[in-house]
Amino acid sequence: MSAIIELKGVHKTLGNKRVLAGLNLTVNQGETLVIIGRSGSGKSVTLKHIVGLLQPDAGNVIIEGRDTADMSYAELSELRMGFGFLFQDGALLNSLTVGENVALPLREHTRMTDDEIQRMVAEKLAFVGLELHENVMPSVLSGGMKKRVGLARAIIREPQIMLYDEPTHGLDPIMSSVVNELINNMKSKSKVTSIVVTHDMPSAFRVADRIAMLYGGVIIKTGTPQEFLEADDPIVKQFVYGEEQGPITT
Amino acid sequence: MEKERAILPLRFFAGIGDRVTTLWTGMVKPAMEETGFALSVFVNSVLSLRLAFRKRREIMYQVALCGLNGLPVAVIVAFFSGLVLSLQVGSQLLRFGQQSSIGALVAISMCREMGPVMTGNILAGLIGSKMAAEIGTMKVSEEIDALEVMSINPISFLIMPRFLAMCIVCPLLTVYANVVGVAGGFLVAKGILNVGWQAYMKEINTYLMLKDVTIGMLKALIFGMIISIVGCAQGLRAEHGAYGVGRVTMRAVVIGSVFVLVFDWFVGWFFF
Ligand SMILES: Nc1ncnc2c1ncn2[C@@H]1O[C@H](COP(=O)(O)OP(=O)(O)OP(=O)(O)O)[C@@H](O)[C@H]1O
Ligand SMILES: [Mg+2]
Repeated sequence: MSAIIELKGVHKTLGNKRVLAGLNLTVNQGETLVIIGRSGSGKSVTLKHIVGLLQPDAGNVIIEGRDTADMSYAELSELRMGFGFLFQDGALLNSLTVGENVALPLREHTRMTDDEIQRMVAEKLAFVGLELHENVMPSVLSGGMKKRVGLARAIIREPQIMLYDEPTHGLDPIMSSVVNELINNMKSKSKVTSIVVTHDMPSAFRVADRIAMLYGGVIIKTGTPQEFLEADDPIVKQFVYGEEQGPITT
Repeated sequence: MEKERAILPLRFFAGIGDRVTTLWTGMVKPAMEETGFALSVFVNSVLSLRLAFRKRREIMYQVALCGLNGLPVAVIVAFFSGLVLSLQVGSQLLRFGQQSSIGALVAISMCREMGPVMTGNILAGLIGSKMAAEIGTMKVSEEIDALEVMSINPISFLIMPRFLAMCIVCPLLTVYANVVGVAGGFLVAKGILNVGWQAYMKEINTYLMLKDVTIGMLKALIFGMIISIVGCAQGLRAEHGAYGVGRVTMRAVVIGSVFVLVFDWFVGWFFF
């Protein structure tokens, strides 16, 4: 298996907090990697480095063999075409309706007709259970609904790399399963590479080929779900089993 | 005691050094960075004008929005500017018995100066704040990031239509302001200075040059660019939630209004 995304020694300080402190991470073509870690540990920051929304203070982000720091804006744009990104809170454009939000990537980057776009939008919205909300403004949606619209928008161009920031957070158990299935389907049907950030351990175990745990600004362990279940490391164990007592203090 | 006095001058110079450093890191450097950022927003907006045809609907929408918001205020302010201008100039002219030339003086002052500057200042408050708050909210709620990730350039998607709209709206409203201002001036000329319509218009026809109007329009165009670029660039720099949006909105209005006057001076001086 070949590496498609590599983070090498990434350091990042935001405000006066050292968020990433030499993070190393490799994602292989076609796998689903789950990143777990506590709230505020830098998971979203890590994802934003991968799509170039943040640049590392030191270290390298290498996508398909190329360092993103060496890319021009146009090249970075081109690269991002192959990505789907689900933001933690959806990041919908509040001035557009739900349907227009989902249609946006198609309108901007394809020559599809309005009818074709309409059909795709309806299909994806139905998929996330929001077919009746197409003409609604995002501001009236609940958090979980926004996230589902964000998901529909992220997958509409059927990207080859998907990054999900807490895809099941704020969803009910049924919708969570639908999303887990979606992630698994994209892998099996379209060979999509996925990175899933989550605290939801059941979801992590349903979708992960490998799990990486972010702690103290570095990845302290990567391994298969099985390896995580059997981990001896007290930090990993405490997180995976959600124990109150342990080396991680609140 | 002696010792302290000896090092006092040193402390004094060290103090100056510190102040200069604070001035540099606290004011000059951020101001330079901000100017550089605004210039890059400007250049990129101009470059993305080639996409204007594809974005024509959004541009028309922005023109309508800015125009309709600005029109009532611009017209009211221009009307009273015309009244005041006519009264002030007229009262001086009366002393020399030259009140018949009031038409030309009002029209030239309106077209060259008052029309564009008043309109520019109104739009700097009205539209500059609106753009900064709108773009700033999009920035802090990750909407701009979302556009970037979808490979949609926020400059051509959001800023360029606003920029182009203001390049149209500001001169357009200035035309209205000029007409209304000159009409207001006539009311004073007629009612107080006893100058009739024909005399008023004759003076205007004789002395108002095309150049006066075009210089005013050029100013209006430049103000439109300044207001939209300052508003949008400030919005793009918003950070830290609602506080940050409020801050950049205030800055957009202040910087926009000041720059309108500064550029008014430079253009006026250039064509003196
Ligand atoms: N723009 C920023 N400026 C300053 N600090 C920031 C910024 N963005 C993130 N941080 C800090 O970086 C740290 C990591 O943030 P991040 O959003 O990556 O956490 P996370 O692991 O995604 O948490 P959660 O699971 O709650 O989403 C936090 O402590 C946060 O305060
Ligand atoms: Mg997060």
